[in-house]
Amino acid sequence: MPLSRLSSPFLSGTNRVTLQMLQLLLALVPAVIAIVYFFGPSVLITMSLAIVVALLAEALMLKLRDRPLKPFLTDGSAIVTAALLAIALPPLAPWWLVVIGVLFAIIFAKHLYGGLGYNPFNPAMIAYVVLLISFPLEMTTWLPVTTLSEHPLDFSSAFQVIFTGQPGGSLTIDALSGATPLDAMKTQIGLLQIPSDIVNQPLFGLFGGKGWEWINILFGIGGLYLIYRRVISWHIPVAMMIGLTIISSITWILSPETTGSPLFHLLSGGTMLGAFFIATDPITAATTIKGRLVFGAGVGLLTYIIRIWGGYPDGIAFAVILMNMLVPLIDYYTQPKVYGAK
Amino acid sequence: MNSIYSPIIRDGLWKNNPALVQLLGLCPLLAVSNTVINGLGLGLATILTLVASNGLVSLLRQHIPDEARLPVFVLIIASIVTIIELSMNAWFHELYLILGIFIPLIVTNCAITGRAEAFASRNPVGPALVDGFMMGLGFTAVLVLLGAMRELIGMGTLFSEAHLMFGAAAKNLTIVVFDDYRGFLLALLPPGAFIGLGLIVALKNVIDARQKTASAETVVAVADPVAS
Repeated sequence: MPLSRLSSPFLSGTNRVTLQMLQLLLALVPAVIAIVYFFGPSVLITMSLAIVVALLAEALMLKLRDRPLKPFLTDGSAIVTAALLAIALPPLAPWWLVVIGVLFAIIFAKHLYGGLGYNPFNPAMIAYVVLLISFPLEMTTWLPVTTLSEHPLDFSSAFQVIFTGQPGGSLTIDALSGATPLDAMKTQIGLLQIPSDIVNQPLFGLFGGKGWEWINILFGIGGLYLIYRRVISWHIPVAMMIGLTIISSITWILSPETTGSPLFHLLSGGTMLGAFFIATDPITAATTIKGRLVFGAGVGLLTYIIRIWGGYPDGIAFAVILMNMLVPLIDYYTQPKVYGAK
Repeated sequence: MNSIYSPIIRDGLWKNNPALVQLLGLCPLLAVSNTVINGLGLGLATILTLVASNGLVSLLRQHIPDEARLPVFVLIIASIVTIIELSMNAWFHELYLILGIFIPLIVTNCAITGRAEAFASRNPVGPALVDGFMMGLGFTAVLVLLGAMRELIGMGTLFSEAHLMFGAAAKNLTIVVFDDYRGFLLALLPPGAFIGLGLIVALKNVIDARQKTASAETVVAVADPVAS
């Protein structure tokens, strides 16, 4: 009987990248359902459009770069980039905004740097920042949550807004849109209101912004699933939340009349999405254990600083990109000691 | 005659283009290339400076002590730039206001010191003048191209505010390429300059690579009948 000669590795799975990307998409589902509930179905339209454009752009770039199409198109990374960008975009974002953002993410932020695994910056966040500084009006036109809106958006009017810029009927975009809780907090603090009064307004919920808090909690639950399935490690999200909590607690204790509570900041804007799904990107985040803690804490600190003292509504995207720049430095100084080395 | 100058011309315009190959003078190049007219204005000022400084350095090259050459070059360039700055202030006042600090900063444009050091201080006046003019022309071409790209993508127009340079009659020169264009602000902001210049450099490298393979093929095709 001939001996079957086997050598390691004995476990051969499916493509790990594909599997990880699929689990990441799965973990987004509960929060996306919440977004549909609170902000109407436009995120689904935006996401479908973004994924189609992302796959086309990916195919085009792979062809131009003489790379095989199938393994890279089916690895799901372009779909994840498109999905994350679509979630980050405001619900009334017109179609051309989505197309420009996705093209920028895939062509400039990903393939010009060498494709999957070589991009130093998170493509979805680069696209978000490009859109934010180029089209500030469109990028800051948010809807109030459905329960507060006089005109909740149904599927056909969402479709009309995205593709024609008009919600149909006698409505205008200005009639539909409203401030986000983070925006409202900032402007009203500017008007010398006190945060403990501001949060009693209907725009705010139990802990953070109404609706936003549940979306954030569901992103957090999706993130815990990712940690459980070992798609991401706990270091970056935990460090980021601790960083954000520490700096917001300090300012909140020192001057409660001019800053929101730490819990408000943890459950507003894109905090949880950023902590679990964006800052943890295995390509652009730090790779050493200590480095991940530094990276996460840096994202948390910068997010708060940009939210409070910056001119833009949320700071996640800028914070992640700034920390991406520091990743080589962080990794260099946090190399673990080799066992036995002095 | 032609044989002396043609490599200088080719160097300045293409092979050794200060902006695309030497990557010199990027500070003004990136900062003022947000419209065609701004680019053209700074480009012309740079051409004048380059021709004048190359000519003067070449004339004085026997008298400049080697040890002190750089301070002398800077003095010569600074005097020329001051003359140009004052003239622009007098004749193109509005353009001068827009280009602002970048006119005096031509002094620190390393392309100019670089040509004085690398070419003018080692060559007679004729070639030095041609070199200055051609390098300046190459620099201006990139400035105008980059300005056109950024203006077109950023504002959807070309030659806006042409009257700053060509007088009131040139107001109609402005071409509105896209009507009702929202403007892609990124192209006008600093990142747009870096991305645009990167794309132009990439384009030049692609053209060079294509020409290389094409000329290699002709060499093979010519060599073949000899071999057979």
